[in-house]
Amino acid sequence: MRVKSGRFPWLLAVPALVGLLFLVLPFAGLLIRTPWSTIGTRLLLPEVRDALLLSLATATAATALALCFGVPLAWLLARTDIPGRRLVRALVTVPLVIPPVVGGVALLLVLGRGGVVGRYLYDWFGFSLPFTPAAVVVAQVFVAMPFLVISVEGALRGADRRYEEAAATLGATRAVIFLRVTMPMVAPGVVAGAVLAWARALGEFGATITFAGNFPGRTQTMPLAVYLAMQESPESAVVLSLVLLLVSLAVLVGLRDRWVGAL
Amino acid sequence: MGSRAVVCAAGALLLPLAACAAVSEDSAGGKVLTVFAAASLTEPFQTLGARFEGDRPGTRVEFNFAGSSALAHQINEGAPADVFASADRRTMDAVADEGHLADEPSVFARNRLEIAVPPGNPADVTGLADLADADTAVALCAREVPCGAAAEAVMAAADVAVTPVTEEEDVRAALTKVRLNEVDAALVYRTDVRSAGEDVEGIAFDEAAAAPNDYPIAVVAGASEPGLAAEWVELLVSQEGAEVLGDAGFTEV
Repeated sequence: MRVKSGRFPWLLAVPALVGLLFLVLPFAGLLIRTPWSTIGTRLLLPEVRDALLLSLATATAATALALCFGVPLAWLLARTDIPGRRLVRALVTVPLVIPPVVGGVALLLVLGRGGVVGRYLYDWFGFSLPFTPAAVVVAQVFVAMPFLVISVEGALRGADRRYEEAAATLGATRAVIFLRVTMPMVAPGVVAGAVLAWARALGEFGATITFAGNFPGRTQTMPLAVYLAMQESPESAVVLSLVLLLVSLAVLVGLRDRWVGAL
Repeated sequence: MGSRAVVCAAGALLLPLAACAAVSEDSAGGKVLTVFAAASLTEPFQTLGARFEGDRPGTRVEFNFAGSSALAHQINEGAPADVFASADRRTMDAVADEGHLADEPSVFARNRLEIAVPPGNPADVTGLADLADADTAVALCAREVPCGAAAEAVMAAADVAVTPVTEEEDVRAALTKVRLNEVDAALVYRTDVRSAGEDVEGIAFDEAAAAPNDYPIAVVAGASEPGLAAEWVELLVSQEGAEVLGDAGFTEV
């Protein structure tokens, strides 16, 4: 039921409008400064295509990994009484709070070839993670997975547990209950979390440039390309930003129509 | 303090790139000189800044250290700087072309590239040619930033083709990769090798002479303290300035 009110709620509408303008105006500025006459030639550069494809591929891979590890983690946080659960939840949210550059440094100190763990990978297998596309994915999973975990945990907490209990009394195993009852119930939360994680991974900059470095075609994702273009030609940076904006909008709108009612 | 916070907040809304450095008069009524300088000048400028303030009671020097290109953009977008010291002529020209300089830039220091390697030199690098070895992991600066442009010029002059594992966004990032032993070598400035102390070893190479980096400085048009700005430029080109810059690894022009 809707509450009818005679007067327009100015008290809320004015700050809401300011908020909206603040979020939208920078993009308007981007459109105004776009060099439309040369946009075609700038877009056809192979570096732009490489960066875009790398961004899409790594963000998708990072989302898949975040799902594999994040959903079980969310389930653990929502449905069990493991000791130190509150501490675990706090730890999971740390990547949300720290600057991504710090995350990149931390990854480098642990997984780099001179790192706490990476040292052994390098000594035993001659494998060095930094400066590879895999490092881009690792950096993105680090910053994006918390979004997924929090979203899925919220969905799990909100789900009605009586269906699971009913399934259990009917003899279903825990694995069957998780896959056939729990997951379908929390699917909107999982999809919303995955979309958030994908968007976060696509925009990742700080951890990527610190941990994976910057090399065109291998680790230079779109945000890195935008940053470096800014050093030399702001016009190119604007064009690249526009591409990233359009691609992410297209994906998010496409998903919204089909699956993501909650977003 | 309160008014500065307001200025910063307004600046943050209107001009995200602009630094909130310059408010020409501080609360005590003293003069404030605002210096925009390339990040590589951090240590010598802070030393000289302390002396400059000591000689002129009531005067403060505020620095905005960042990449030269970023600073040039900020000044061109109207950031309130009195003096601009850049790491190469190209970025200074970008400001001059927009008519934002009050006078002709003068070159006050010169830097050159060195090879930085982790202590013990694990990949046995002895010169520029060794960086082309496929087994040697090398970090270069991206060609969009001055140290990357210099590296490209040096490699072209020496006819050495180096394929790096990464093109870093600035020279300190490249140096950090050496400090953490994530790469075997990086091409950075002599001054950066100095600033890292024991953490890296520097290897000078003759080909570096092909691309010396000249540091120009100029008073910015519309500076709120043009007098102080001119004195700062004077200090830098003086014997005293040259000594401090020399300690940091710069050479005289």
